[in-house]
Formats: sequence, structure tokens, C-alpha cells
Amino acid sequence: MNGDVLSMVLDQLPAGSEAEVVMTREELALTRFANSHIHQNVADIAVTVRLRLHLDGRTATGSTTLVGPDGLRQLAERTVAAVRLSPPDPGWPGLAPPRELSGTGTVDDAVARATPDDRASLVASFVDGAGGLTTAGYCRTRYTTVTFANSAGQSAASAGTEAVLDGIARLGGADGAARRSGASMSDLDGAVLGARAAAKARAGAEPVELPPGRYQVVLEPTAVHDVLRCLSIYGFGGRAVNERRSFARVGEAQLDPALSIVDDATAPGAVGPPFDVEGTPKRRIELVSAGVTSAVAHDRRTAAEVGGQSTGHAVADDYAGPIPLNLRLQRADGDNAAVPSEVDGPVADSEVADLVAGVDRGVLVTDHWYTRVLDPRTLVMTGLTRNGVWLIEDGKPVAPVRNMRFTQSYPEALRPGAVLGTGRHGVTLSSSYESSSLVVPALRLASWNFTGGASG
Amino acid sequence: MSEFDTAIVAVEAALAAGARYADARVMHRRYESMSARNGEIRELMQDEDAGLGVRALVGSGWGFFAVPDVGDAAARAAGTRAAEIATASGRVPGPAADLVRLPVRSGSWANDCAVDPLEVPLSVKGDLLVGATGLAHDQGADLAEGTYQIWDTRKWFASSEGHRIDQHIRECGGGISATAIGEDETQRRSYPSYRGQYGTRGWELVDELDLGGHAARIADEARALLTAPQCPAAETTLILGDEQMALQIHESVGHAIELDRILGWEAAYAGTSWLDLTRLGNLTYGSELMNIVIDPRVPGALGSFGFDDEGTPAAPRYAVQNGQWVGVLAGRDSAMMAGLDYAGSVRSDGWARLPMVRMTNVGLEPGPHSMDEMIAQTRDGVFMDMNRSWSIDDRRLNFQFGCEVGYEVKDGRLGRMLRNPTYTGIGPRFWQSMDMLSSTVVPWGTPNCGKGQPSQVGHTGHPTPAARFRNVRIGVRG
Repeated sequence: MNGDVLSMVLDQLPAGSEAEVVMTREELALTRFANSHIHQNVADIAVTVRLRLHLDGRTATGSTTLVGPDGLRQLAERTVAAVRLSPPDPGWPGLAPPRELSGTGTVDDAVARATPDDRASLVASFVDGAGGLTTAGYCRTRYTTVTFANSAGQSAASAGTEAVLDGIARLGGADGAARRSGASMSDLDGAVLGARAAAKARAGAEPVELPPGRYQVVLEPTAVHDVLRCLSIYGFGGRAVNERRSFARVGEAQLDPALSIVDDATAPGAVGPPFDVEGTPKRRIELVSAGVTSAVAHDRRTAAEVGGQSTGHAVADDYAGPIPLNLRLQRADGDNAAVPSEVDGPVADSEVADLVAGVDRGVLVTDHWYTRVLDPRTLVMTGLTRNGVWLIEDGKPVAPVRNMRFTQSYPEALRPGAVLGTGRHGVTLSSSYESSSLVVPALRLASWNFTGGASG
Repeated sequence: MSEFDTAIVAVEAALAAGARYADARVMHRRYESMSARNGEIRELMQDEDAGLGVRALVGSGWGFFAVPDVGDAAARAAGTRAAEIATASGRVPGPAADLVRLPVRSGSWANDCAVDPLEVPLSVKGDLLVGATGLAHDQGADLAEGTYQIWDTRKWFASSEGHRIDQHIRECGGGISATAIGEDETQRRSYPSYRGQYGTRGWELVDELDLGGHAARIADEARALLTAPQCPAAETTLILGDEQMALQIHESVGHAIELDRILGWEAAYAGTSWLDLTRLGNLTYGSELMNIVIDPRVPGALGSFGFDDEGTPAAPRYAVQNGQWVGVLAGRDSAMMAGLDYAGSVRSDGWARLPMVRMTNVGLEPGPHSMDEMIAQTRDGVFMDMNRSWSIDDRRLNFQFGCEVGYEVKDGRLGRMLRNPTYTGIGPRFWQSMDMLSSTVVPWGTPNCGKGQPSQVGHTGHPTPAARFRNVRIGVRG
């Protein structure tokens, strides 16, 4: 049926058209809880057909949720009319040629068939796991199919699932967070996450205020997720690099040699289709190899600008350009297989505890919040800590700390010599903003610039 | 079958499946945007979407279901699914939920629109962006960007209480920016605002902006910023232009007075609020010059409508009066929970999303001063304008905002341009330090307000003057 829809659109276009059509069908359900009960519970089915058309040197894009014959005909007519009136597009890079895919996505039937009761059960287990503390958060399931065709003969199809459980426990003004995501329902354990969030909240009572300054830090995976996401959005996209707005300089040793960063939408369990909106198959790329920036993500347009090849990272919103959405931050030595265990106290797990054990004096950070870029070239970010911060002394968290504001260049925090420890276990976490799935370990960093307390 | 018929079918199906209240929105939206870089069009996008969203209350549990299909069968199934989801909410139950009682309304509303923006030829719109960005690029901007966006939304709302409301809302706007790229940093100047100016108006809004007339200036200023002195680190007098004031109001007042945040409904994501309901009517938010009004009736402002997405008619209300906190942004269920007798600030960003508490137009009433007077009466300070970055904590208390440009103010005169100006503060302390307020109000529009899970993008308006603040910490750097 999806293929018929794509043909119906392509068949209505005039001779000489270069066109690509993507049909996305998504069943999204999200059960939200606050004050320890479900207060918002939603589901929707969204079907969108997107047409990008290049004709007579001009380009236009249209989309519709009206996927009957009339809606598709109107989409084609509207886009043809638009392209004829558009200014020339001299940078048009052409369509993706026919190429085989290396996968069709990961589907977990339990996610694809998840019911409101299934999500409520996970929420209940989180709430129960928190042992009576006030809780809030959400459980999300998503089942997405994507079908692609272009007039150059490329076609592709995929199906994928994603499940997320994300929550906080609250006690006397202290919050603790725990979250996990994956392609399968079995990736989520509400009781474990609820208990972990509660342990953090209990350990956060009566926080002290630390003076601003530079501190050694242990960032838990939930905080590292923000660091990697910002590197991705502002740094590793071909457009930002081509326009010299990015910190990334290919060939330079910009990060600590202990770190490598890989993007791989074809890895088992990866979220999202193994091809981009231009139909280019995604492939594994190593963006940072032992600290050396080694590649950036390209779509066809940004690749053409530098005489390269698309890496399969085009996104529907062309404004920001290509973005890698399946990043993994990992140890460069390849020792990435450990499975941490639950531990008592505020640290997320045994891996974090091992990193904390090496710190004489520093700060343990659970989460970042509201991080915004001050300058994309240096990737100086400002933001706040959230959901649990502790002072570390002599290898142990000794006192909860009030939230602090930081103003910090992320690449500078990861510069050569600045990474004092890297967890072996990557935790899969999704973004609330874009459909991404990042795998991140905990990090111990030599210096983080806290510029103020949350109270002043 | 009319759109109202479709909505009513969905409502009746939800009631038949056990709901004690239900409402439904049929929505049809057309969207168009164009962007240009350095004198070339980069993207033209035209979208159309239509669908139905149904909200059902079973016991004290809410459920919502949406489909991109406005047929009879789909509407009936959607109503049933919404009630089933609401029933599942009862598995992790909370306190009794109900809706504050308000008069049932029927009616139609549309905003004024002199020039239908979707009828303006694409070639005209394209020429505007190509010309303005080309000019800025020729003038020395490494990256000159321009964009416009148009939304044309029709919606039909019906509830089990008898609401029957249809609205046609047309919004548009645009802007340009010039970025200069140095070896170690970038500098940007925008016009008329970061991301542009938007409103519930027709293309006349964009015409009035005269984007091309400002392209060369912003290019010059972006380049000049690369070599301008750094904004010093100090505690000083700060004058904020009206564009930055819109951001200040949005982040440190608008979100803080959202009742769902105050009640803890957003605790895990958007956050809560430093405001405590027990202090409503008895808390000093700012100086006596501070009068914040929630008013969805402001002609042409981006947060304007005739009725919110629960069918409550637009009405003004003070949120802060003479510096005292007196009102909130509320919906019918949150108001009931809080013991309030008003609502009117619930909206969704489309048929597929649950209506929730959102800002409408949240603005600051004008004061007695002019910008010239504020500068003339400042012996030592900094003037900042045009938002560049924004970050605020989850209680909407501790903020750090960055602007595109700053200027020294010395002995009552504007001095040197300053680069990377930032300022930081704590909401109520900051607002209590406001001692001068301009008499000129600009209705800035914010088309990108994120909130909710799944994520929703809201359109808000912020009519505001420029203002002066005392003893503000500026120049925070990494």
C-alpha cells in the first residue's frame, strides 16, 4: 500500500522531474504521570507523505497528511506549482542513486502492539519502585514505518520501534532521575528505575551551596547525553562545518585520545530507519577516532559542496542541515562491554561509583537542563544541573549540592588530557526533541566551569 | 458531513464508551515557509495537514486519541479509543479531576488579515529573501539568512457540554540575520528579531518590516562585533531593548505563571515554578512598575484567538499588578484543582496533540519613560538587545540570557559596542530592580515555544516596552 502511495505521487509529476517521496506512518503513545498518578495519556496515528521536487533548475518541498487520491493529487499539483514559481536552486545535488540497504530496522512486537494498559503497568512499577516518594515522568512507545522512492530508481523501506521510560522521584525539594530507552519493551524495568530515582532523591535532602568555580566532575550518562547531543547538533553536521560555524576540524586532535565517537544507524537495536530522507543508505562513520576528529555527517547538498559523498544524514528540516542521530560515545581502547550493577546511594550504578572513587574533590552531576549555545564556534554552552548533584570528597559523595549554573565549552571539557575516566557501559537514551538515540557512558572530567548557584 | 458533525460523532462515541466529558477538535492547517542563504533560496516548504483529536474524561482519568482522518468511522473509533485510554489512566489513579464550570459557548472567530499571505506570489516572497540576504552577504556577512513562515489554521471544536466553535487563524512573519565568522567565534545580528517578527496578521506584517532596508546595517554590525570589546564582567545598571524584554517576560514570567507547572504536572520535564499558590495575591513579583497582562485579544499579536482550545472565550487578566502576583494561565481542569474560577489559556499545536496550558499574549504594560530618558539618566551601565541565547532553571528562577549586541552607557550617552553581552539573575530580585519603563510597546511574537510530551510548539505574544534594571550581574563567560 505504501509503495502504491509513492507511485501515485511520482506518476503525477511532469516529465523531467527529479523527485523523491517519503511516506512515514507513526503510532505514538505517551503515558505521562505527575504527583504519582497518570494525568495525561495520549496516542495518535500520524501519516505524512513528503515530496521534494526539482524541476527546471528549481526546488520545492511539500507534505500532506491527506493520503487519499485527492490529497496526493493536490500535493503533487501544489508542489509543481510552487517549483515553477521558485527562484533557481544552483546547489541542487541530484537524487540518490539506487543502492542496497544494510537493514530494515528493528521491530519489537511488544512495543508495536503496546496498549494503554501496558504503559500504565510500567508507570505503576516505576511509582511502586520509588517506595512512596512523589513521582513524575512518562512512558512512550513508538512504532514507525518509513517508505521511500525517488525518480532515479532508489527505493527503501523500514520499520522500527522505540520504548522509553523516564521519571523522577521527589522528596522535600530534592529530585532524583532515572531513564532508559531502547527498541524493545524488555529494555525497560520500571521498578529498577523508580528505585534508582528514589535513592537519588533521598540522598538529596538538605543540599549545601557550593561557591562558583572550576570543579572536577563525574557526569552520569544522563548528563553526558546532553554533551553528546550538543556536539552532534552544533558540531558534527556538514552544513555547520562547511559554513565554519562548527568547532569540528577534521584531522585535528580536538578531544581526549581516550574517546571515540561513532554514528551507526545500522547497529542492532538502533532507533530510526537505516536510510535518510534523500534515500541514501546510512553507514557507520567514525566521527572521532581516539580524540582525532575524523569525519562529519553529510547530506547530498553539503557533501557536494566539498566534493564528498553523502553519509546518509539528511533530515526533513533542511534548515539546520545534516545531523547524526545515532551516536555512540565510547572508549577508544574498545573496552566497552561491562554491565554495571545497581548500588546503594545517589550514584546511578557501579560504573559511576568507580569513577567517583577516583575523585579527591569534585562534583557528581546526574542531569543537565536547558543548555543553550552561547557561541557555536567554540560550543560554549550555558545550562544548569538538575535531578541530583553531590559534592565528592575522597572518592565518595559526601553532601548533596544545590543546582548550579555552568558556562562551559563542551569540546574544551573533553580536550586532550581532560578526560580522567570513561565508563565501559553505554546507556541508550533518547531525546525529547528529535528522534534520536544516543549511547553514552559516564565520564570523569578534569574541569567544569560552574558560574553560579541556582539561587543566585 | 460537516467538520462539526465529525467532532460530534467523536464526542458521542467517547460518551458511549464511558466518558463523562469529551471534546473534539477537527483541524485543517496549511503551512508555508521559505528560507534563503546568501542570496539563494535554500528551501521552500508547503505542508497541509488535517485530522481529529478527541479528549475524554473517564472517572478522574483523561485520555486523548488523534487520527489523520476526518471520516465518520474514524471519528467514532477515535472517540472510543480516547475513552479506552482514559480508562487505563485509572490504573494509576490520582485525585478527583473535574472542570471548572464556565458558560457553554457557540461562535466563530477570525483574525484580521489584510493581505492573505498564502496568496502572495512565491516569486515576490522569494525575491524579498533573495534580495535581503544577497545584500547582507555583499555587505560582508559570511552567512546571511532569511526566512518567512505562514500558518493558516481552521478548527472546529465541539464538546459534550454543547460547545460549537469554529475559528480561522492566519499567522505569518519573517526576518533576516547576518553572521560574521571569526577565527575563534561567530557574531550574529538579526532583524527585526531573533528568528523574526510574527503575528496574527497577513503579509502586510512582513511588508512593514522592510527587511531589505536593514540588511546592510546588520551585516556591518555583525562584522563590527568580531572586533568589539568583550562585555565586561560587572554588577551594573542594565537597559534591555523591547525585543530582549519579550524573551525576559516569556521565560521568567510567562512560564512561571502556568498553572500546570505550579501544580507539578510538568515536574519531570518542563519543570515546576517558584510560585506557590498559597501566595497568590500576596507575593511581590517585581517593582510597582511591573504590570503583566494576559490578553489573547491583542489585535495582531501572535498569541491572539477568539476562544482557547477548551472553548473559553478570550478575556484579559492581570498576572502581576503593581508588582504583586495576582493571576495565572489556567485551563478548566487545572483551575478546578487550584480552586480558581477562570480558565482560557489552553491550546494545542495541532489536531494530534493534547490541549494544555500555554501562554497567550503575556505582556508588560508601558511605563512613563522614553528610551532616551533611560539612557540619559544612566551614569554607568550597559544597553543590551536582541536575544542570542537563553537558559533558565526548572523553577523559572535562575536565568542567564545572552544578547547579540551591547553598548556601554556612560554619563547618559551610548558608548562603544560590546560583544558577547550576557546577564544573569534571579527572577523576583531582577523584576524588583526595574526602575524605568518605556512608554513604547512592541507586540513581539514567539513562534517556537516548546512544552509538553509529546513535544508541542506554541505561538505566544509579548507586547512589551524597553526597561531599565539596577544592580544586574553581566558578562558571564565560559
